[in-house]
Amino acid sequence: MKTDRMNWFQWSSPQTFYPLAGKLIPWFACVSIVCLVAGLYMGFLVAPTDFQQGDSYRIIFVHVPAAWMSMFLYVVMAGWAAVGLGLKARPSFMMAQAIAPTGALFTFLALFTGAFWGKPTWGAWWVWDARLTSELILLFQYAGVMLLHASIDDLRRADRASAVLALVGVVNVPIIYFSVRWWNTLHQGASISVTAAPKMAATMLAAMGVMALGFWMYSAAVTLMRVRCIILERERHASWVQIERIS
Amino acid sequence: MMQGGVAGAVFGLIQRDLLLTWRRRADIATTLLFFVIVATLFPLGIGPEPAVLRTIAPGVLWIAALLSCFLSLGRLFATDYQDGTLEQMLLTPHPLAALVLGKIAAHWLVSGLPVVVLSPLIGLQFGLSGGAIAILTFSLLLGTPTLSLVGSIGAALTLGIRGGNLLSALLVLPLFVPVLIFGAGAVASSESGMGAEGHLSLLGACVVLAIPFAPWATAAALRIAVE
Amino acid sequence: MLDIHELSCHRGDRKLFRYVTVSVPAGRLLSIEGSNGSGKTTLLRAICGLTPPDQGTIRWHGRSIAEQRETFTAGLIYIGHRIGLKDDLTPMENIQAAMQMSGHPVTAALARAALEAIGVKPVCYRLPTRVLSEGQQRRVALARLWCSEQPLWVLDEPFTALDARSAQLLRERLQRQVERGGIVVAATHQAMGLDPSTVQQLRLGE
Repeated sequence: MKTDRMNWFQWSSPQTFYPLAGKLIPWFACVSIVCLVAGLYMGFLVAPTDFQQGDSYRIIFVHVPAAWMSMFLYVVMAGWAAVGLGLKARPSFMMAQAIAPTGALFTFLALFTGAFWGKPTWGAWWVWDARLTSELILLFQYAGVMLLHASIDDLRRADRASAVLALVGVVNVPIIYFSVRWWNTLHQGASISVTAAPKMAATMLAAMGVMALGFWMYSAAVTLMRVRCIILERERHASWVQIERIS
Repeated sequence: MMQGGVAGAVFGLIQRDLLLTWRRRADIATTLLFFVIVATLFPLGIGPEPAVLRTIAPGVLWIAALLSCFLSLGRLFATDYQDGTLEQMLLTPHPLAALVLGKIAAHWLVSGLPVVVLSPLIGLQFGLSGGAIAILTFSLLLGTPTLSLVGSIGAALTLGIRGGNLLSALLVLPLFVPVLIFGAGAVASSESGMGAEGHLSLLGACVVLAIPFAPWATAAALRIAVE
Repeated sequence: MLDIHELSCHRGDRKLFRYVTVSVPAGRLLSIEGSNGSGKTTLLRAICGLTPPDQGTIRWHGRSIAEQRETFTAGLIYIGHRIGLKDDLTPMENIQAAMQMSGHPVTAALARAALEAIGVKPVCYRLPTRVLSEGQQRRVALARLWCSEQPLWVLDEPFTALDARSAQLLRERLQRQVERGGIVVAATHQAMGLDPSTVQQLRLGE
């Protein structure tokens, strides 16, 4: 997603990866801010009022992209875990470790905004419907990966164990994604699908797309920032880190 | 020779583990007693109204089975890890996933199967009808192997860690959720007239998927733990 | 033929050993010496393939052990720090279970003969292993060396807790293994007293 278009092995040393990450962060951050501002503007001001739900529905412009990101980031994290286990390159594990908290954040955001949407719409802060429950399960999975990593003292074992766990957990993501279709519950049926014609107005769709892009760029920027911290922490004895401290 | 060798080694391992459990028979009793006690806590906590108990019975039994599975998973690899037989397992020419499957089979025979056998009695305690008990027992028969299989991944990942038992439970809980939903839902589904076939076949699908994949993931986790 | 090429390992933040290179031809014993904490156990485990090294390769008969796991482990006996026995099984049951799992099942008669050869008293054969003394347990663990004819033995301080007689029996067994063309890699604190022409030494942790 971030650097895998280039010759991977060139960046497989933390020493070369660190400055590269540093250069990329401002770009992602800028695009992210632009998209988020545009998306929020479109969602909260431009998109028409829904004739059924009134204005309270507007939280959907945060809720749906956050839910998408929560699932997308888990798959990306599992991808880096797979690369790490397969190629035994340390930065892959660092990337997986860096993505996890952001993924958990978006999962929490999706649940939180889901509650705010649910209250006026269904009358309750929380309902045990398929999509919300499976998002909660996803949050547990993120928590499990982070907890496992934190519980193992040996860094190498921690990396590989949490990578195996992340990969095993990926089987749940399709279940979460399709849970809305399989269990006919309160959630609206997936009104955005790639193949079927979207049932929503074009501006709503565009706003959600822009917000999703903004969240994606935000994730990229924050993940790279976090991975730089992880690199510094792990490589603190290396000479290039000492020089970095001084400069 | 290798083919016969693998089967022989796996059955030998199952035999060994069953013999070991027989020498410590109390462990089986502990697991079963835990299952019964957890199931009994619900009527004590919620109230003994028969209609309520009938409704919650499938869920309660499934949760009790799940919790007693967690309890017994701690024993799956821990002693082997401590006395050095686990690393010997890693040094055999046989595929580790096959040996792991053998260990899980032995584990299910002593912790999952007794729960399945005991569940009709608990179902009677909760006032379930005969048909419901049959479906519930069958759902546990299909589902408890998946619990053992998936739970073994957690047990392997947390080998040797402080508080590993509890952590292992947390790690595999998200993966248990589909099994729990299908299993407990089978009875409700049949009571409401929709028939339990859907849920039961999904449970079957879970086991069929878990049998090749879970031991493989567990083997990978064991290699990481033994390093 | 066992080739160790530029092997480096670390433990936690510490580097244990770097670029260890040694070749052990058939009919030799490699004695790995070093103080506590110098990495002897880690080196042995790396040779078996249990602990992956940071860098370097181990080759068995010219091919890397990673490429030929099945063949390599079929010809390997590893007896490490932990005895590798189940507490609740008797020595007889332990040996038979261990040999079956390793792909070389043995009859009860053979197991008994092996226990006798290492000096385990017959009264112990049918007692649960946990009631035996440490020396007896160590002997049961070593009995596997009399059960089959694997070419490569990797032993971590095999003389620990052995009395003089058992140590002599083990010494003779190691000598015989080396004489018939097998290879022994052993970590040890002390001199083992074998024929020096068959022994290669490697010192860790200078």
